[in-house]
Amino acid sequence: MSESDNVLEVKNLNAWFGNFHAVKNVSNNYSRKSITAIIGPSGCGKSTYLRCLNRIHEEVPGARLSGEALLLGQNIFAPNVDPVELRRHIGMVFQKPNPFPALSIFDNVVIGLKLQGEKRKDVLMEAAQKCLKKAALWDEVKEKLQKQGTSLSGGQQQRLCIARALAVNPPVLLMDEPTSALDPIASAKIEELMQTLKEEYTVIVVTHNMQQAARVADFTSFLMLGELIEHGPSEVIFTNPKKTKTEDYITGRFG
Amino acid sequence: MEQTKEQFKFLSQHKLQTRLSGEFGDKIAKIVMQTVAIAILATLILMVILLVQMSSEAINEFGSDFLTNSTWDPISEEFGVLSFLYGTLITSILALLIAAPISVMVAIFITEILPLKLGQVLGLFVEMIAAIPSIVFGLWGLFFLAPLVRESITPFLKSTLGFLPFFQGPSFGIGILTASIILATMILPTITSITREVFKTIPQHQKEAALALGATREEMIKLAVLRPSFSGITGAIVLGFGRALGETMAVAMVIGNSSKITLSLFAPGATMSSVIANEYAEASAGLHLSSLCFVGLLLFAVTLIVNSAARFIVWKFSPLSKSERKEKRS
Ligand SMILES: Nc1ncnc2c1ncn2[C@@H]1O[C@H](COP(=O)(O)OP(=O)(O)O)[C@@H](O)[C@H]1O
Ligand SMILES: [Mg+2]
Repeated sequence: MSESDNVLEVKNLNAWFGNFHAVKNVSNNYSRKSITAIIGPSGCGKSTYLRCLNRIHEEVPGARLSGEALLLGQNIFAPNVDPVELRRHIGMVFQKPNPFPALSIFDNVVIGLKLQGEKRKDVLMEAAQKCLKKAALWDEVKEKLQKQGTSLSGGQQQRLCIARALAVNPPVLLMDEPTSALDPIASAKIEELMQTLKEEYTVIVVTHNMQQAARVADFTSFLMLGELIEHGPSEVIFTNPKKTKTEDYITGRFG
Repeated sequence: MEQTKEQFKFLSQHKLQTRLSGEFGDKIAKIVMQTVAIAILATLILMVILLVQMSSEAINEFGSDFLTNSTWDPISEEFGVLSFLYGTLITSILALLIAAPISVMVAIFITEILPLKLGQVLGLFVEMIAAIPSIVFGLWGLFFLAPLVRESITPFLKSTLGFLPFFQGPSFGIGILTASIILATMILPTITSITREVFKTIPQHQKEAALALGATREEMIKLAVLRPSFSGITGAIVLGFGRALGETMAVAMVIGNSSKITLSLFAPGATMSSVIANEYAEASAGLHLSSLCFVGLLLFAVTLIVNSAARFIVWKFSPLSKSERKEKRS
């Protein structure tokens, strides 16, 4: 794989909450148009790691980080990088579907564009339609775009959040357990959606569900106590892991 | 089967315990609470009945003309509430115009901008304003605010907004504007603390959702904090309005007691509560006293309506509480 194929290169990433060292010296590369799953026991720092990558981590009082993460070659932790600007290039989908309750379905999708100053109605409408289609939600909501976003079902809300993240067209999409609050059918839909998303985006998804990781992810990282234990193609991690800790975890011996 | 037995055992134990130790106490507690609840309701109803009785002379004499007449003349015994209704509304509205934006900004400052501890300290200070007795506000108004209004605020307003009829005419320091500023100070803690409570109900993930989309801190506050809080803040403001309507002592001391309706905010005026406070002692009996009671009855009605409206708005229209209610159901 050539260097230029790496959209995101993380080098020696450390993250702290006060004195608590939550992510320890993690390095990893994410190639264009791939899905990487991050698995590991709960509390091992998966969310924290992900939240470093769009610099939401530093919004927590007392939290800090060190290391480098090169987005298309540029270090996003460099002092001259504006986190607000950065977050338009790295989208995020959260564990709990969180559409804005005061906004309509339409406004929820285009709010990112509106924040960037886009006002033209036709541009917004086109973007909303495109992103809702990408998020496989268009057919379900096209008749009620002006209804409240929170009037949808949980699975629909999560797809709305995905559409919302896609609207600013970020090359990288972070997803933190996007299906853990959903029922199996809604989860399956999101999984299916992830497969199509990877045709355009680099997706990094935290999941507590190893079957899901095995099904959707090209690569899988195993994290434990803040350390990256093993990373590789999913079929290797799940069939032939090199580290005993990984094997113990995926065979259910702990975690 | 095993399980139901276990449950049953637990149930019977529980019953036994209450029978042994608490049943008698429970009964007494229930009776006491019922009595208190009924007593509160009865007091409220009795109060209204009494008020209606005491104002019956004025009601019979003036009827609905009382509402539209702005003359208040104890000597010729002609009474109408209009100028006081105007005074009450204008001071309360002005107080809101001053206090609402400041309160919301203070609430944002406390919950979203200051570090947690500092915010709590500032919040405590703001709440302490509510503990200042009304009469102390009145004294502060007379000896500090009135001169300030006369010497500084009036000239400033005249030079900037003097083309409007509200900001014309002489200022003696005491008057509608001074009363409104005092009222604003008094309702500031109310609006601020309710707005803070509303902000507290905003889940962290909503704020993070805004930030993750590339919102600046200011945009995040507008999008994820202020917008979903709109109805809650409206409710807070209406509750503040309710407080302002009924506030008596401080206003009575600084408003100047004039039953003339004037557009000028520098002029003296009177509110429904201030006229009662100022004239109650001299109105020993008869139509004057009865009219004052009628004013009180109307004030009671106005504040009751405003407060109910506030509670209704907070309860009904908050989009957050709506989705939360839905969550609870499902
Ligand atoms: N806001 C916070 N303040 C302090 N410690 C935190 C905070 N958030 C998470 N942690 C701690 O950091 C560790 C990693 O948390 P997290 O990244 O959420 O784990 P995961 O997503 O893998 O379950 C946990 O031990 C957790 O207790
Ligand atoms: Mg997590």
